[in-house]
Amino acid sequence: MSLHSIPAPVSAPHTTTANTVSRVMATVMLALAPATLFGFWLYGWPAIYLWVITVASAMLGEAFCLRLMQRPATPILMDGSAALTGWLLALSLPPWAPWWIGVLGGLFATVLSKQVFGGLGQNLFNPAMVARVALLISFPVQMTSWVGPLPLDAVTAPGPLAGLLITFKGMPPGLDAMTSASLLGFAKTEMSRGIDLLQSLTQAPALSWIGSRPGSLGETAGWLIAAGGVAMMALRVITWHIPVAMLLGIAVPAAILHAIDPAHYMSATTHVFSGGVLLGAFFIATDYVTSPNTPRGQLIFGAGCGLLTWVIRTWAGYPEGVAFAVLLMNSLTPIIDSYVKPRIYGRDRKGTALEPVK
Amino acid sequence: MGLIERFFKEPRWGVHPDDHKRPAADAPLRMLPPPARLYMPLHQHVGGAARPIVLVGQKVLKGELLADAQGNISAPIHAPVSGTISAIGEVTAPHPSGLGFAAITIDNDFAGRWIETDPVSDPFALAPEEIARRTGKAGVVGLGGATFPAAIKFALGKRLQVGTLIVNGGECEPYLSSDDRIMRDHADQVIDGARIVMHAIGAREALVGIEDNKPEAIAAMRIAAAPFPEVKIRPVPARYPMGSDKQLIQTLTGKEVPADARAAEVGVLVHNVSTCAAVHKAIRLGQPLVERIVTLNGGAVKTPGNLFVPLGTLVDELLDFVGRVATPARLILGGPMMGTPLLHGRIPLVKGASGILAFDAQEALIPAAGPCIRCGSCTRACPMGLLPIEMAAHIRAGDLDGAVGFHLSDCISCGCCAYVCPSHIPLVQYFSHAKGELMTKERAKLRSEATRRLAEARVERVERETREKAAAAARRKAERDAAKAKTAAAALATTPVTQVEGEIA
Amino acid sequence: MLIAVGSLAVMGLALGGVLGVAARYLAVEENPIEAELQAMLPGSQCGQCGFVGCAQAAVALAKHEAPVTLCPPGGKALAVALAAKLGIKADLSGVADTGPQLATVAEEICTGCCRCLKVCPTDAIIGAAKQIHNVIREACTGCGACVERCPTEAMTMVPVPITLQHWVWPKPVVAVA
Repeated sequence: MSLHSIPAPVSAPHTTTANTVSRVMATVMLALAPATLFGFWLYGWPAIYLWVITVASAMLGEAFCLRLMQRPATPILMDGSAALTGWLLALSLPPWAPWWIGVLGGLFATVLSKQVFGGLGQNLFNPAMVARVALLISFPVQMTSWVGPLPLDAVTAPGPLAGLLITFKGMPPGLDAMTSASLLGFAKTEMSRGIDLLQSLTQAPALSWIGSRPGSLGETAGWLIAAGGVAMMALRVITWHIPVAMLLGIAVPAAILHAIDPAHYMSATTHVFSGGVLLGAFFIATDYVTSPNTPRGQLIFGAGCGLLTWVIRTWAGYPEGVAFAVLLMNSLTPIIDSYVKPRIYGRDRKGTALEPVK
Repeated sequence: MGLIERFFKEPRWGVHPDDHKRPAADAPLRMLPPPARLYMPLHQHVGGAARPIVLVGQKVLKGELLADAQGNISAPIHAPVSGTISAIGEVTAPHPSGLGFAAITIDNDFAGRWIETDPVSDPFALAPEEIARRTGKAGVVGLGGATFPAAIKFALGKRLQVGTLIVNGGECEPYLSSDDRIMRDHADQVIDGARIVMHAIGAREALVGIEDNKPEAIAAMRIAAAPFPEVKIRPVPARYPMGSDKQLIQTLTGKEVPADARAAEVGVLVHNVSTCAAVHKAIRLGQPLVERIVTLNGGAVKTPGNLFVPLGTLVDELLDFVGRVATPARLILGGPMMGTPLLHGRIPLVKGASGILAFDAQEALIPAAGPCIRCGSCTRACPMGLLPIEMAAHIRAGDLDGAVGFHLSDCISCGCCAYVCPSHIPLVQYFSHAKGELMTKERAKLRSEATRRLAEARVERVERETREKAAAAARRKAERDAAKAKTAAAALATTPVTQVEGEIA
Repeated sequence: MLIAVGSLAVMGLALGGVLGVAARYLAVEENPIEAELQAMLPGSQCGQCGFVGCAQAAVALAKHEAPVTLCPPGGKALAVALAAKLGIKADLSGVADTGPQLATVAEEICTGCCRCLKVCPTDAIIGAAKQIHNVIREACTGCGACVERCPTEAMTMVPVPITLQHWVWPKPVVAVA
């Protein structure tokens, strides 16, 4: 109802933080870079190709949707969120997975679980985890074939050309033998055969802390992932609440039951350092869009992610449960946010005004 | 402050913007040569506008009453210079809308002659009510920006038996240093004013909260307050919005002002340092509030610093005096966090103007708003513990009542949320918009109730009038009938009965 | 296969039955919307809608017998609000949104005939015979009844001026969803 032709006034504040969405995304990527580079070195060229393909597909999917909606694609792509989604997804895939896994995953992530909901900030579920779960359910074989580490400087490691062949033409029959189950998968299979942990773990792929074991890019270099997470906390990109709560959520029940029955329940260390727990705790569950806003809500959310991961790993059919746990807790985020609110100055937690105290 | 101390002692709320206070704060105070023509607005305070009592053409002395307070909450306006009233009309208000408001124009005669003042040598011998009366007559209002008439706050404090006076030297807004300057240069005035206010409200102690980024002011105030043990200087962490009443009260006393309540109800009253100095002048010198210290700062200002300025001076004249490096890309009255954007510089300075900021293009640049990524920065920054994203989302969807459910009414518009937002969403504007719309709605509701009452009153009036008319008609008829009957009776006495019967038949 | 089809069919029938029963027994008897609509109308009973008063207009609105644009004093804002309340799409093309209006007297034309004061639904016009009339702004609802009544066209409707006290920050323009 403007009856005068004065230009629209600009409201205070007239100054703003130097922080931007793209800066946040870039910081997260930087924090991911060491673990990713180490993963590249461990798994060689196929892993590099898969990463490139996944990130590119995620960005293409986003660009395609933006084009459909007739919105400028370049500035929105430049915020880095699509690339980060693709990156996180790539870190959760088997490093030698075929090219179409990366393409489908990238498209799933940005098209189906992000842009369909309305784009950045609107999605209920973590796009990378939606894509991972969709792939896992649709292509269980490809999604659970893990290769052992074959560092770039190893003699048997595939060169750039051989790597291309692996990614685009599938694994040569000779190399098939190299694939193995991950630690969690192995333990689960053995358990279903009636072999308890005390026996199976002696022959299991060793739980190497520096990452020399079969797994995805993002799970092998546990310490580098954790270091990246701590760096993000120091830079105030994330707070400690979700990672600490998630790690405790999985470690505490694991430690208790392991102490009671070590033959059937894995130790807390095994749980925390295997699978996607560290990546999940620091990089996936902390996704702003799909996690609660208040510190107390984040504690609940993180603890829920940890506990559900442990429950799924221990009693459910899948050996790994981080993605499922995060998605389940994502669906609870709106509820947590509507119940857990900060106390307002001058009011109690229920929102009633305080009594004046002289 | 050590790292550990910083982690535990720093308030969890608020933001820490670059303060940009220096070098302006360190530049010595300059006097602005009074301009040739000044525009004294009638509405420079919270409450009703003042009522002019001068005529065009009338000669006035400096400090002479131009317009008297009108209504329960109001403040008088005095002449900032001596001269002639040349007009009583409209000028552009220091308001984002650029709308006009009434002002008295004075042509300066450059004589600078004051009216007869009535100084008080011992204010502590006066009754508290007398101090409040004199402060009110001097037109002193809260100079920190709230511009609430000081005398009314005195009366409130006295009535609610406030024990603690908090003197607000927080000045947490970046770029501003007028309070800093008054504490450095006139600490004795501030302390004396604070003691007079204590006497006026019956407070036992005064806590002067000064942000620790103003060490010179703290030192000067400590020296000035040394003889008075009841006045305590308390450095507080520099964190925005420390200068907000509620946050300063909490930091200094640990008390929390309940929602929808006044600070006086928890036994404290807050007055700004500049207000205290103005009270000192009003009582000790008998001088009304006609001048103030204003910070001129920003990238477009050639010589940033503080000026002592008569009220009613145009912003452009201030900028001419300090010089412009470039054409200001944005003019702001007040600080960058809460200040009012000015559409141009032909706007008179008012009592609540603590600073004029002229931003260059780089300072004025705020990136275009992007989508919310729910990072929660705004929630962490909000000093009131609100959920800015939720409120803004509801307002954007047009659901104002939803925003009220998140206690929009508790928002103090400090701007922390919009400042920290990495997507640069204009959150404060959403809240200002919603508050304005809600107020409009409330007014419309009151209005429609009033309309209904008026309509009902009219219906009742029309009915009553009809009734009365009918009654009057009936009475007249009855009178006529009675008269007729009388004449008939008189006639009857002379006429045979049969004839009457025949008439009826 | 048959078991699945059968069980789904039984479930569908059962739930459908429940819904049917609920619709019958939990039906809302009267139309509470009338009172709400009446509360939204100005209440000045000015009669410009063609109904006797606001209450009758509310009844007609509730029955969808009158357009939501029926109330000139309410303007576009009221039309939009009524349409939202009734859950219908309003055809606002015919409503010129002039915003809230006030009656004013052109003092040089007013003859002091007193006709306008008689039609004012809120007694907002003061005056006496052969005296210039005046409008009390606070009481005027902007219904315009006096304009039609004035024999000398001294009554005109003007938009309510926006003042500092009434100005509202505009809602930020959203560039991106």
